[in-house]
Parts: sequence; structure tokens; C-alpha cells
Amino acid sequence: MPGSAETKLKVDSLSFFYGKTRALKDVSFEIPERRITAIIGPSGCGKTTLLRVFNRMYDLVPGARAVGTVLLDGSDIVTTTKLLDLRQKVGMVFQRPSPFPMSIRDNVAFGPRLLGWNKARINDVVRRSLENAALWEEVSDRLDEPGTSLSGGQQQRLVIARCLAVSPEVILMDEPCSALDPVATLKIEDLMVQLARDYTIVIVTHNMQQAARVSDFTAFMLMNPEGRHGELIEFAPTATLFNAPSDPRTEAYITGRFG
Amino acid sequence: MRRNLWRRFSSSFAAGVMYALTILALVPLGLVLWFTVTKGLPSVANLEFFLNSQRPSGIPGGGIANAIVGSAVIVALASLAAIPIGVLSGVYLAEYGAGRWANWVRLASDVLVGAPSIALGLFAYALVVVPQHHFSGTAASVALAILMLPVVIRTTESAVGLIPNGLRESGLALGLPRWRVSLQLILPAAAPGVITGALLAVARAAGETAPVLFTALGNQRLSFDPNHPMSTLPLVVFRDALTPYKDLQQEAWGAALVLVVMVLFINLGSRWVLRRQIRLARQL
Ligand SMILES: Nc1ncnc2c1ncn2[C@@H]1O[C@H](COP(=O)(O)OP(=O)(O)OP(=O)(O)O)[C@@H](O)[C@H]1O
Ligand SMILES: [Mg+2]
Repeated sequence: MPGSAETKLKVDSLSFFYGKTRALKDVSFEIPERRITAIIGPSGCGKTTLLRVFNRMYDLVPGARAVGTVLLDGSDIVTTTKLLDLRQKVGMVFQRPSPFPMSIRDNVAFGPRLLGWNKARINDVVRRSLENAALWEEVSDRLDEPGTSLSGGQQQRLVIARCLAVSPEVILMDEPCSALDPVATLKIEDLMVQLARDYTIVIVTHNMQQAARVSDFTAFMLMNPEGRHGELIEFAPTATLFNAPSDPRTEAYITGRFG
Repeated sequence: MRRNLWRRFSSSFAAGVMYALTILALVPLGLVLWFTVTKGLPSVANLEFFLNSQRPSGIPGGGIANAIVGSAVIVALASLAAIPIGVLSGVYLAEYGAGRWANWVRLASDVLVGAPSIALGLFAYALVVVPQHHFSGTAASVALAILMLPVVIRTTESAVGLIPNGLRESGLALGLPRWRVSLQLILPAAAPGVITGALLAVARAAGETAPVLFTALGNQRLSFDPNHPMSTLPLVVFRDALTPYKDLQQEAWGAALVLVVMVLFINLGSRWVLRRQIRLARQL
């Protein structure tokens, strides 16, 4: 199923600090291109922290610092100064959908407009992004209504469309379904599987069934009880990690014995 | 049984006292409105009052067009300076204002809010009137702009602060530069709150007398040129009310009524916009 794939993101001995507190220690693994990689683990083990390294979102937190390397197609994310290019390439979908306070169309067109694309290209990209986010059929006749008028699940797909509009290569999703009902969740999961044909997807989830259902690879993280920092325990193809985990802690977690 | 009765009595007594005090607090407002409306109505009932300029006592047909135009020009000029600067500073404080420098700006604007407005008038007098050797509308605009600035800064800062962080992060995650996210995403989202602050500042500036007293000076004739002395509504009230002439005193009441109604409408408008902001922020 996972098959062979090129490495898109190569994480190498990555550590992370919030001021003096260490949040991640020595995380190393390789995220394959055009696959879905899930990050699972108990609350506070550093999943969000890890995800926010990939688009340098942590730059907003005063005192936050990453040590080590994360290579995106061979060039280092941690030390790059081209933040805007990086974030355009590595899009992010947050736990709570936050549509911009403007029309559905403008939500999707916002990024392209600010990037200075021409009108024809923007119109085209609005439609294509909404189609790719499986939202076009539901909103094609109400593009001028405010984005906030959509349901939670639609809002999350709008946010995904907005992210697709600036042509990313990687899409990071931090618990994208945790605010949604089961039906909306299934839609987003289907969408992820479709998107994985063209994009590399990294998803943080608390829902192990979700990880098992949609992902090709799974990374299991845990908080180190002595150092109080997050570590990567195991990274493997999803089927292997769930059926034949090599670490007893992974097995304990997926069988629900702790965490 | 008796204790229960006593409890109920004291509770309704306390509620009654609070009710009475609230009404007491409303009395001055009611009286002010009552007096200005009843005394000002005879002037305002006459259309000439709005079309003609002031005339000396004894000559009928006088109006306050010169003061309405003066107020409008002076406040507009002040707004033109204070609102853009204030909004940008407010956005800066809310979005980047963690450091020491920002705290100085905050302190300065808080001090400025409390500064006596006559001191601002004196400052504008020294800064503009003295070097130019003449009074002018512009000088009054300078004084009023300084008066408005801190109000605009602080209301903008708090309106922008209301915008949830998710919006900011979503914008940045698209690869947009921070300043564009601040100005093109966050600021529009906060627009109603910002407008509220601007309107409140305009209302306050329109009603001030002290800063225009020895800057705009006053002008009996209609003038659109801010480089010359101008009249404003508060100035008409101030000067007319001090004369011993009945007709000019009547004119003062009329001008006061126009001013009060204007400020009231601006205030109501700003509250309406603010309610929209709060509703909008809840949806984000
Ligand atoms: N901005 C911050 N400043 C300081 N410490 C932080 C900050 N954000 C997170 N941390 C700490 O870093 C550790 C990892 O947090 P993180 O949010 O990455 O965990 P998580 O695995 O995403 O948890 P959850 O499943 O609850 O979302 C936690 O101990 C947390 O307290
Ligand atoms: Mg998290």
C-alpha cells in the first residue's frame, strides 16, 4: 500500500525549546512525498510543536527555538530565511476552522490576490481549489456569501481550499476534524485521501481509528517521563505500526493501555 | 417566617435604593437635554439659522452657518491627521507591541488622554499661531488632532486585540508577509471597532471649546479657508452666552442644541457599529 516514495521532509535530530524548556528531543524520521503521514501520541507530547516546525510557525512564539535539521526537498527549513516561500510551499490547516471575515470567493482568492496573481488566473484558481476541496458543488451558487455562513465541516473545507489556492506542496493538518461531527469528519478524511495524490499530507490526530483509516505512515510520539520532553518512539507504515508495533510502548498506547 | 420576611424586605429595599440612585444619575443628563431642547428649539425651528452667518445683536436673521462650516472644516482636518496615524499606531501596538518602546507609546497616549484640553490649545498656540502671527482653523485642527490621537490609538489597539489569533496564523500560514496580514486581514476584521473609536474621537473633538479658543479664535463671517480664523459651534455658545443681549443668548442655545444633537448621533452611530464588531468577532 504505501509503496515506494521519495522523501519530502527529512527530519534529522530535531530538538525544540520553548525558552529553556525542551519540548522535543532528537526526533528523526522521513516523511514520504504524496503520502499521508499521521502523528499520534498522548496530549502534550509535542505533536503540534513538531508540526509547527515544518512551516516555521513557531517564529511567532518569543523564545522558541529549533535545533537540528528538517530538509524540505533537500533544503533546510530550520535555518532558511525565505519564510514566505516556505509557508507558501507548506500550507497549514488548523484545528478550528477560521474563515476570513469576507465572502467565500474572497476567502479563497485572498492569498493569490496578495501574491499579485492576475485576475484570470485567480478566478481559475478559486474554482479549482474549491473543486479540489470537495466544496464547489455546495457553494458554487453562493460564492458571495460570507465564509462564516458555512457549517463547521464546510468551513474546514473552505480553509483547505484557501490553502490549496496558493499551490502548496505539503499540507499540515493539526487535528482538522476534532471540531467536526462524524459525517463532516468522513468527508474530510475522503478529501485527504484524494489530496494525497498531489500533495504530501502530515496530520496530527488524537483519533487512532482516523490515523489507521487514512494514513500511509504513522509516527508515534510520547513524552519522556524523566526529561519531560517529547520523543519519537516509532515511525513505520501504518499497517505495521498498528498490527505489529516494534516498541512495547507503542503497543500499550494503541491497545489503549495508557495515554 | 419573620426572618424570611425581613430578608425579603431588606432585599427589595436595597434594590429600591439602587434603582433610585440610577435615576438620580440620569437626572443631570435629562435636565441638560431638556434645557437645551426647550431653549434651543425656537432658534432651530428657523431654517435661516442654518443658512445665515452670525449677525450683530439687534439685526434679525442671524444664523450659525459660519460655525457649522468652521466646526466641520476644523474637525475634518484634525481627523485627517489623527485617524490614519492613530489607527496605524494602534495596529502596531496590538500586533507588534510587546517591547519597551510600545509600552512608552501606551504610557504617552494614556497621559495624553488625561491632559487638560486647554493645555493642548496652548501648545497649538505656541506651535502654530505664534510663528504665523495669526489665528487659524489649522491651529485648532492641530490641537484637536492631538486630543483625538490617543483615543483612536487605544480603541484601535483593543479592537485589533479582540481578533482571535487563529485568523492571524491562518494568514501567515498562506505565506503572506506579517505587515500585509496586519493591515489587509486583521485591520479589516477589526474595522467596526476601529470606526467606533474614530467616531468617539470625532464627537469629542467637535464638542471641545478650550483648544479652539485661542487657536481658531472665532469669526463672525462664513469662511472655508482654514488659514484664517474660523468659528466653531462651541465657540458660538461660549461667546454668545457671555453677551448681555437676549437675541445672542438665544443663538447660543440654538448652537448648543445643534452641537448636542450632532454629538448624540455620532455616539449612537458608534455604538451601533460597535455592536456589529462584537457580533462579528464572535463568529470568527
Ligand atoms: N507557546 C508555548 N510556550 C511554552 N510551552 C509550550 C508552548 N506550546 C506548547 N508548549 C509545551 O510544549 C509541550 C508540547 O506541546 P504541544 O502543543 O506540542 O503538544 P501536543 O502533542 O500537540 O498536545 P495536544 O495533543 O494536547 O494538542 C507541552 O508541554 C506544552 O506545555
Ligand atoms: Mg496539539
